[in-house]
Amino acid sequence: MSRPSDHIDSKPVDVDAKIVNPNLGVVGWLRWFWRQLTSMRTALLLLLLLAIAAVPGSLVPQRSSDPNGVSQYFVDHKDTAPILDQFQMFDVYSSAWFSAIYLLLFISLIGCVLPRTKHHIEALQAQPPVTPANLVRLPAYAKISVSGKSAEEVLEAARAVLKSDRYRVARYDRAAGGKGKLKSEAAITVSAERGYMRETGNLIFHFALVGVLIAVGFGGGFGFAGQRAFYEGQAFTNSLIAFDSFNPGRFFDSSTLPPYTIQLDKFTVVYEEKNSNAIGQPVDFTADVTTQIKGEEPQKQTIKVNEPLRIAGTDVYLLGNGYAPTVTIRDPEGNVIFTDSVNFLPQDNNLTSLGVIKLPDGLAEQVGLIGFLYPTVSTGHSGASFSMYPDLIDPQLAFDVYSGDLGLDEGIPRSVYALDTEDMTKLAGRNSPLEAIELKPGESAELPDGLGTVTFDGVKRFVSLDIHRDPTQGWVLVFALSALGGLLISLFIPRRRMWVSVTENADGSVTAECAGLARGDDPTLEGAVIALKDKLERALGLTRD
Amino acid sequence: MTDTLSQYSVLALYSAMAIYAIAFVLFTLDLAKGASSDAPAGEATKVVVVPERRKLARVAMSLTVLGFVLQLAATLMRGFAASRVPWANMYEFAMTGTLIIVGVFLLVNLKWDMKFLGSFVTGLVLLLLGLAATRYYVEIVPLPPALQSYWLVIHVFVATLATGFFALGFALSLMQLLQTKRESAAAAQEKTRLGFLTRLPDSVQLENYAYRLIIIGFVLWTFTLIAGAIWAEKAWGRYWGWDTKEVWTFIIWTIYAGYIHARSTRGWRGTRSAWLAMVGFAAVMFNFTVVNIFFKGLHSYSGL
Ligand code: HEM
Repeated sequence: MSRPSDHIDSKPVDVDAKIVNPNLGVVGWLRWFWRQLTSMRTALLLLLLLAIAAVPGSLVPQRSSDPNGVSQYFVDHKDTAPILDQFQMFDVYSSAWFSAIYLLLFISLIGCVLPRTKHHIEALQAQPPVTPANLVRLPAYAKISVSGKSAEEVLEAARAVLKSDRYRVARYDRAAGGKGKLKSEAAITVSAERGYMRETGNLIFHFALVGVLIAVGFGGGFGFAGQRAFYEGQAFTNSLIAFDSFNPGRFFDSSTLPPYTIQLDKFTVVYEEKNSNAIGQPVDFTADVTTQIKGEEPQKQTIKVNEPLRIAGTDVYLLGNGYAPTVTIRDPEGNVIFTDSVNFLPQDNNLTSLGVIKLPDGLAEQVGLIGFLYPTVSTGHSGASFSMYPDLIDPQLAFDVYSGDLGLDEGIPRSVYALDTEDMTKLAGRNSPLEAIELKPGESAELPDGLGTVTFDGVKRFVSLDIHRDPTQGWVLVFALSALGGLLISLFIPRRRMWVSVTENADGSVTAECAGLARGDDPTLEGAVIALKDKLERALGLTRD
Repeated sequence: MTDTLSQYSVLALYSAMAIYAIAFVLFTLDLAKGASSDAPAGEATKVVVVPERRKLARVAMSLTVLGFVLQLAATLMRGFAASRVPWANMYEFAMTGTLIIVGVFLLVNLKWDMKFLGSFVTGLVLLLLGLAATRYYVEIVPLPPALQSYWLVIHVFVATLATGFFALGFALSLMQLLQTKRESAAAAQEKTRLGFLTRLPDSVQLENYAYRLIIIGFVLWTFTLIAGAIWAEKAWGRYWGWDTKEVWTFIIWTIYAGYIHARSTRGWRGTRSAWLAMVGFAAVMFNFTVVNIFFKGLHSYSGL
């Protein structure tokens, strides 16, 4: 068995004797090191180390899964955050130390599994081993006496029983005598072995883990992930510039983006209306879209949470949604200088939504508007507005108005969802000369200082989609399922050896001994030997069924 | 309709808890009786069953079955009242999860006599149900769209099933450690307060039982991991993102993989591997309680 030398079933190797040997030499040292690395103990320690190393990533926010949490952490823990950052605590799963552990583990794994594979292939072609001289000493043992049959007949029956139980069998005859004190009698024996699949399954399992690691590693490299938010009626063309944000893998080639468009026809949200414990809780999101792959007919499709759209090798997920009020701004002469629906970001469960409109040109000054949309408006004791229900029952739009420098000319990228008010003057809204502008759908109002007018035309819904391609995720699944299959085989198929040894007694009767030896954990061994004995008795006509 | 049904569910659950409490007392008395028995303190090499003295345990077992039936009814009613699987928030996780722990315990007892784990099982279940019913009870609300998936049924159910096997593995490993202690005390002719273990299987046998159950749990957990990844891919667009819950699922898997290796490593079989089995279950419980309640992550919207 080419298992690691400290495997519980392998013969002890005197490794330590070699360490103290001063003439070990470089090769000797390397060999020693390799043997250590591929030992069971190292595998075990690395596994436990990996488990421990994974813990911090669940305690501290991670850049990969929660970038905002990381920023917040830096605000909340000014002193410790930079130190933690030095130890890559915000990127645990791509950190040098985490990678080092799992890479070592996988080197150990490969170093362990390759020699075992070689050994196993040889074992698959070899005969079952020679029958031990003394079967009584084996962990499971049974004996029967037969009269009126020849030893050959009994052995043949045993062979047939074992074969039908799918054992691989070999015959060994033994002459009387033998070495030492244990003088054995003459016997004819069969040696049988089964459960080779156990080791096969184990090897499949370990190889499949390597497969998972490789597939995961490559998947990130060739794929991409992009996000885009767009409102009802708007269409999205799958090209680099159309994404709001885009994360290509290292080897991603943008010319491979499949050309297609997705138009959002309608986005429907169903709210719970009956269950008094959950009024207003969304119970269904459905995006009706029209997709068109270049050169093909347009198609009507739907995207839901848990039901992504698979199109042209990419996967499209419904990640978020919100309201996009339609607003028109006119200059004092009545010329339209802005008309569009603007995506507002939801702030609470009742979808109070916040959005920004920037007007760099067309008015006397640069103007910025910060808008609050209340889908179902209500007024609190303090006089402040809030939304009391997430659906559009009585929408109201309120604007704070700023004028001054929008900061757009400095070449610094600005978020469309935030207004930098540092170089601006607040003209309307709380703590300013005028009250905020409040509008119901269809209403218009004057902007302060005679800058122009603003009209609230209506509200649409927007969705934000996540578009992905991960070319190797199918492979990850294949390897993961292979690992599961290999695991089942290797844990639940017993591997054992059985022997039947037949001796002729002086009185002409025949004694058949059955014995078994498990390799690895096998609670069914004893039962199997008894079953073998029963079957043999039946085959010889000693008992009836 | 929904309201009455869910009220009956609560009633049935409280009745089940009362019955488990009685069973717990009886199981514990049965264990304690072993301590005062005049059985020799020598090494128990084979399973020692003393049938006539086990009347208490048998009654406790019947009560556990009754408690199980009541809890099953409670869980089914909750599910029907909500028109969905009854495992979508902490309260329901606890209800279904403990139901499955008891179920696995009863199932395993059909094969091997494990009544000596009765105290542990009923005790643990009572503790978890008590916490859930008093601290985390919520009224029935519909599933948010992200949870509306048949993967909720498969993934969560298999995870709880695995938990049931891990729980018994934990208890057996604990018994194994105590038994080892008693055995070495007995070998050294010392007195111990662990005399009640004399009737139990010996430490090697306990370890073998623990291993058998834990590898079943491990296979189920492996499946949970894969099913969770498939679901995550559908719902969030990536199959693995090191979300806190994913991290802990991975940690638990790795610990138990370590346990399986430890069983095959010279110097680690026995006491050390038993400790690993216990650490593994501690991680499972941590994942189920602390991570669900206090850690931030995508899974936290599943509702408490
Ligand atoms: C990613 C790291 C590893 C994981 C997750 C892992 C997991 C497992 C699991 C679950 C088993 C039990 C199932 C089976 O028998 O197929 C197992 C068995 C085994 N593993 Fe690993 N393994 C890892 C690395 C290694 C390494 C590095 C070695 C070599 C030192 C190794 C050697 C073995 C051996 C010899 C067995 C059979 C144990 C027995 O005879 O019962 N494994 N491994």
